[in-house]
Amino acid sequence: MLLASIAVPLPAQPPGSRFVVVLDAAHGGDDSGAQLGSGATQPEKAFTLALSIRLRSLLAARGIAVVTTRESDAALDFDRRAEIANRARAQACISLHASVSGAGLHLYTSSLAPAQPARIAAWKTAQAAWVTRSLALAGDLNAALTHAGLPVSLGRTALPGVDSMACPAVAVEVAPIAAGSRAQAAALSDPAYQTRVANALAAALVQWRAEAPQP
Amino acid sequence: MIPRYQTILFVVLLAVSATMGVFLWQMRYRSYQRLLNSQDSAPTQAPQVAPAQQVTLYVASDADNALLAQPLSLPLPNSPGPRARAILGRLLDLYTVPNSPHPVPGGAAAIAQVFLLPVDDATTASTSTAASKDSRPQLAVVNLTRAFAAAHPSGLETETLTVLSICATLHANLPGVTQVRFLVDGAPRATLAGHADLARTYLAGDAAPTEGLHP
Repeated sequence: MLLASIAVPLPAQPPGSRFVVVLDAAHGGDDSGAQLGSGATQPEKAFTLALSIRLRSLLAARGIAVVTTRESDAALDFDRRAEIANRARAQACISLHASVSGAGLHLYTSSLAPAQPARIAAWKTAQAAWVTRSLALAGDLNAALTHAGLPVSLGRTALPGVDSMACPAVAVEVAPIAAGSRAQAAALSDPAYQTRVANALAAALVQWRAEAPQP
Repeated sequence: MIPRYQTILFVVLLAVSATMGVFLWQMRYRSYQRLLNSQDSAPTQAPQVAPAQQVTLYVASDADNALLAQPLSLPLPNSPGPRARAILGRLLDLYTVPNSPHPVPGGAAAIAQVFLLPVDDATTASTSTAASKDSRPQLAVVNLTRAFAAAHPSGLETETLTVLSICATLHANLPGVTQVRFLVDGAPRATLAGHADLARTYLAGDAAPTEGLHP
């Protein structure tokens, strides 16, 4: 309740001359997230960190500045993640998740109703002013992932952290390519699958940069 | 040689200890009898068989990342709170069956209570009459058990679908329910299992899927 009244200053538009992407590897520390695969050999926190590092390298190679919320197995709460994203004044914020339920990639944007940008926004609903841009970013991600032959589903959700981000933000959840099969569930730990996902996400962000308004 | 007064003292103390032991044993027996008498499980009211009514459950499907409407005939109580609990219990029972499209343990026992409260809306309150009392918008407070939240699979898609299926099912069968809040064991909780926000108020009407579209 207290947090709802704390305001976040929104970045001015256009946010800056640098094109910055924030990569948020979900979970970390004591919060392991989902257990992936049979035998729970890999926690979600390790998968998202590995994907974040791989994606950071791909984006850096394409000249895109990247800010990551964590570079190690560190615990970060939702508010801290949003703080890092908002300070970066990023043009895209990607929250990385993984799960063994469902199939392919799940792209989620905030379920907050779109609102007009304001100079000061409520902390818990700062994303409302960016929902339209977030949906456009999800569209680019969807196109790139589909082009890479990966099954994608789109949805809206209430995700703490993302709802407080003042940037185009999409939560990406990576699931096995096909659901319901133990053999396919192992695909999450398949380096080739991870590379396909990372390459497609990088391609989408390069496309997003090309569409971004020039300063 | 033990002095005589010490022997007498020892015998007296031993006798006192034995008397206290017998006294405590009697007290314990009486308490147990009192407890048994208070738990009279004899039925005081004859059970009534409620007539079966048509309901619509919005069943989550992980493979499709969607909610699918499923009509069902159920005997339901007339009182709105227990009625909502019975409907949600049936919904969650579907998730426990083998090969469920959205496997979640817990079943009907996961819903501790459902409270229905009038939504605080000054406009509605001032214009409503006694006749329109039943059609006033209501806030449903769904109290989940801690065991359900602890056992719920962690993941963005699976948690979102559980929350949305509860909201959409409530709205479909109790149209007066426009908002839904969640508690876990009577207390607010940040997320269901690390992802879906449980601290916010959900708009029940937004959760129901449009024909052919994902939530």
